[in-house]
Amino acid sequence: MADERPIPNDTNKRETADTKGDQEPVIKIEHLKKSFGSKEVLKDASMVLHEGENLVVLGRSGQGKSVAIKCIAGLLQQDEGTCNVYGQEVKDLSETELRELRKKIGFLFQSAALYDSMTVGENLAFPLTRVLKMTDESEIQKLVEEMLDNVGLKEAIDKMPSDLSGGMRKRIGLARTLIMKPQIMLYDEPTTGLDPITSKEISQLILDMQKKYKTSSIIITHDMLCAKITSDRMLVLNDGSFIAEGTYDELENSDNELVRSFFK
Amino acid sequence: MKAVSTTTILPDWMSDIGDQVLFMGTFARNIFKSGFEWNELIRQCYIIGYKSIGLVGITGFILGFVMTLQSVPTMKEFGAVSFVPSMVAISVIREIGPVIIALTCSGKIASSIGAELGSMKVTEQIDAMEVSGANPIQYLVVTRIIACTLMVPLLTLLADFLALGGGFLGSNIGGHFSLILYFNKAFHSLAFTDLLPSVIKTIFFGFAIGFVGCYKGYNSGSGTESVGVAANSAVVSASLWVIVLDAIAAQLTTILAYN
Repeated sequence: MADERPIPNDTNKRETADTKGDQEPVIKIEHLKKSFGSKEVLKDASMVLHEGENLVVLGRSGQGKSVAIKCIAGLLQQDEGTCNVYGQEVKDLSETELRELRKKIGFLFQSAALYDSMTVGENLAFPLTRVLKMTDESEIQKLVEEMLDNVGLKEAIDKMPSDLSGGMRKRIGLARTLIMKPQIMLYDEPTTGLDPITSKEISQLILDMQKKYKTSSIIITHDMLCAKITSDRMLVLNDGSFIAEGTYDELENSDNELVRSFFK
Repeated sequence: MKAVSTTTILPDWMSDIGDQVLFMGTFARNIFKSGFEWNELIRQCYIIGYKSIGLVGITGFILGFVMTLQSVPTMKEFGAVSFVPSMVAISVIREIGPVIIALTCSGKIASSIGAELGSMKVTEQIDAMEVSGANPIQYLVVTRIIACTLMVPLLTLLADFLALGGGFLGSNIGGHFSLILYFNKAFHSLAFTDLLPSVIKTIFFGFAIGFVGCYKGYNSGSGTESVGVAANSAVVSASLWVIVLDAIAAQLTTILAYN
């Protein structure tokens, strides 16, 4: 359960920084700028994500958190700065290269973004048949059932997304993303709109899946319980730039009033 | 798929035309890519074609029926009632049938595609498809445009035939023709050159309806309001395209007929 998970302390963080400092980061963003019309959403955002790390990004609404991860996934293009994933600059990739890179990236959308016209089983099978070009029906069925079992919703295989609750949709969305065995997971507010119990279950599921599939993750959330459960390291985004970095405990006791206000 | 868009320094209408050209290029590139979505194409043909039969059939039937009812009294004055089947057949098959059915399809199909893709865009389903490494253009756009291009001509032929049936009923109210006489006269007046240009132009109408529906839906904004805007502008643009294409087709047919 969430409370049983040790929150990394200062020593752990130093070890992480020392051991991972030499490694090539999985994601490296430098001086990212992105505007929509006259509104400058990201002004000078820089961050790194190390292998196997769970990085939680906090920030008020409209500060550009989702924009940043959409730049990582190549859904948006930055105006300035670099967005490097596995050593490749996302903006410079061709359509084919970008599609190849995306096979390594999983994205859980805030709304789960399940395909309305397909059943749950078809939702999960979609990337297997279209991206991995799998044709063996029995193998696809086995993988779909296994993944649904992982998220505890095996019985929902023939249901339509409209028949699912918010928490179930998030679980199915997570299953559909993880079925591709991505190396990087990007979570856009995975617990928003859920009740505290379901929210805790989803947070725990994120953690379990990360351990099982050994992914590196960026988790955008306002939910402090989710942040506490899932984070190895946290960043705070404000006014288009990252203003604070540290573990949950460090940020909770930060000198910065704005950072502390997230924990109240 | 990387979003392609013309620069924002251009006026909106010019930028929109540029975006449509780019979208057309994206569509064309994806038709021949491997992994064509045959199952989805068949599903779309069923949705676009089969599920429109009722509306198109009734529209065609009533079109012929009303046309006959309105023209019989006038034709009677000139003693030309026997020309009614020919008149209905030629006018419906050459011009009125394709245009009315294409406009009906603009309302039903373009709005439906615009709203469906618009809602998929708003709920991030298209982004989810894209970020998974799948090809949403191939799955969503190519299949719908091709299904429209195939189904609208077939629907028009069905409506044309039912319009002749409606015409027979309309003329038969006054007891003017037997069924065999009516259809004999109707088909006798038709030549292959009446049918062929008409079918060819409905292929273009179908393409325009599918293309506009997909373009408006795929490029809709964020927020639920955008879904309505996408559906509405899909109908308006598709209807406008049908009228413009019809004018071009009429001009081309006339030029070719006299040369």
